[in-house]
Amino acid sequence: MNRNSTSLSNTLSTQACTTKLRTEKVNLYYGSFQALRNITLDIPACAITAIIGPSGCGKSSLLRLFNRMNDLIPGARVEGNVELDGMLIYDPKVDVVELRKRVGMVFQKPNPFPMSVFENVAFGPRRHGVNNRAELEEIVEKSLRQAALWDEVKDKLEQSGLALSGGQQQRLCIARVLAVEPEVILMDEPCSALDPVATLKIEDLMKNLAQNYTIIIVTHNMQQAARVSDTAAFLMMEEDRAGVLVEYGPTSQLFTNPKDKRTEDYITGRFG
Amino acid sequence: MIKTAPIASRQISQRTAFVLLGVATAIAVLPVLFIIVYTVINGAGAISWSFLSQAPSQAGKEGGILPAIVGTFCLMLGTLFFALPIGILAGIYLTEYARDNWLTRLINMAIVNLAGVPSIVFGLFGLSVFVLAFRFGLSLLAASLTLASQALAMVITSSREAILAVPKEYREGSLAVGATKWQTVRHVVLPQALPGIITGAVLAISRAAGETAPILVTGAAFLLPGLPGSPFEQFMALPYHLYTVAAHVPGMSKTVMWGVALVLLVVVLSFDILAAIIRYRSRQRT
Repeated sequence: MNRNSTSLSNTLSTQACTTKLRTEKVNLYYGSFQALRNITLDIPACAITAIIGPSGCGKSSLLRLFNRMNDLIPGARVEGNVELDGMLIYDPKVDVVELRKRVGMVFQKPNPFPMSVFENVAFGPRRHGVNNRAELEEIVEKSLRQAALWDEVKDKLEQSGLALSGGQQQRLCIARVLAVEPEVILMDEPCSALDPVATLKIEDLMKNLAQNYTIIIVTHNMQQAARVSDTAAFLMMEEDRAGVLVEYGPTSQLFTNPKDKRTEDYITGRFG
Repeated sequence: MIKTAPIASRQISQRTAFVLLGVATAIAVLPVLFIIVYTVINGAGAISWSFLSQAPSQAGKEGGILPAIVGTFCLMLGTLFFALPIGILAGIYLTEYARDNWLTRLINMAIVNLAGVPSIVFGLFGLSVFVLAFRFGLSLLAASLTLASQALAMVITSSREAILAVPKEYREGSLAVGATKWQTVRHVVLPQALPGIITGAVLAISRAAGETAPILVTGAAFLLPGLPGSPFEQFMALPYHLYTVAAHVPGMSKTVMWGVALVLLVVVLSFDILAAIIRYRSRQRT
C-alpha cells in the first residue's frame, strides 16, 4: 500500500512519509519492573503503524510513550530518546499539554464524556480557548464528518454521547481527538469492544485518516494489523522479560516473509 | 459424582438462614420506626400554626418555637457555607493533587477519625477558638463555624469518594486531547462527582442540625424573644430548646416537648430525603 504522493493534495506532500516519531534505545520502567527494553524504531508519517504481540508484552506501554500517558502512572521512568519531528518529548522543557494536543489518543473502551455529542467534540477546542459558537459549530461538523459520523448524528447533536451505539461512540471519540487537529493519532485496541461491522467502519476510517495523520494502532487482532497497517512492530515477552521488540518492518514483509522465527510462530498462531 | 447432602436438610438450613437474616433486619429497623411513630403520636397534638409561628413565653410552656426553627435553619446554612467549599476543595486536593505518601495517608486517616471525635470536644474547640480567641463571642457565627469544623470530616470524605468514583477513562480522554489537569478536574471530574458531594454535604448538615453539645457552649440561648438579627448574636435552636424544656423546666407539658421533637425530626429527615432525591436523580441522568 503506497500512500506517498499520488492520491494526496499538494499541501500534504510536504510531510509525506518522512519519519514522524522515533524512539532510540528506550527503556521504560514501572518501579523496578521493566516494561520496554531497548526499543529503537522510526515511525513514518502519514501511514498506519501497527504494534502487535501477546498480552502483557508492553504494546500499550509503547503506545503511551508517544503522548507521555505513562507519566500518569506513579513510578514510571523512561530512559533513551523519544522524538516527535526531531523534538525530544521527554525533555523537561516540553509542555505535556501541547504534546498531547499534537499526539491524540483513542482508547480501548469508547469513553465519550457524559455530555452531548456536540460538547464531546467541542471539549478539546474549548479547553484550548475556542469559545465562539459559530467557530465551534464549524469544528464539530468538520470533525464529525472526518470521523464518518456526521450523517448519523447531525440531528441529535444535543443528545448524550452515551446514547450512541458502541461503534458510534468510538467514532465520536475519534472526532473528539480530530477536533484539536493533532498530527498523530494513537489507538489502543480501538475495536476490541466492537462488533465486526463497527470494526470494519473504524478500519475504513483509519485508512482515510492515514492520508492526513500518522496513526499508530495497538491490536490483538492479526487480521486487523494485516488489513490496515503499512508497517508493523512485533513485541514479545520472553521469560520474565517484557517489552522486547522482535521485528519491525513493512507489514507485508512481516506477515509473508518474517525474518525472525518468533514472529513467524506468533503470526501463524503457534503461541500467544 | 460429588456426594450431595440430603435435599431436606439443605432446605432446612436455607430456611433457617432466611429467618435469622430477616429477624436481624427487623430488629435493626424497629427502633427507627418506633421513634418516628411514637414522636408523631405524642407530638402531633402540639403542632399548630401559632406553635410554628410564635416566639416562646413562660419559659417555653406557652407560645411557639419559631425562633428555634429559624435558628436551626440559620445554623444549617452557616455550616453549609463554611464546610462545603472547604470540604470540596480539600477533597479535590487530596484525591487529585496530593502525592500518595505517608503524610497524605496520615492526613486522610486524621480526617476519617475526625468524624469520630465526640461533639462536645468540638464544642470546647469552638468555645476556645471561635468564641474566645477570634472574639466572635457566643454567636450564630461561632456556632456555625464549630458545626462546620465537625461536618468537614464528612464533607471531605464524601467528596473524596465521589471524586474517586469518576472513571479513570474520563480523565484519560480529557488529558489525551491536551486538557490540563485542572481543566480535567473542573470540566470532567467535578460535574460527575457533584451529586455525590452534595449528597454527603446535605447529610452532614442534617446531622449538624441535630447537634446539641457543640452549640451549647458556643452561642445557643435558652430563651430569646425574637429572631437573631446578625451572625454575631445569640440564637435559639431546636435540639437545645428540646434539651432545656425537657431537663430544666418543671411542669413542662409532655405534648409540647414531643411537639418540639417532632419538628426537629421533620427538619432532619426532610434533608435526608432531599439527599436521597439528589442521589436518585443523578443516577437516572447518566
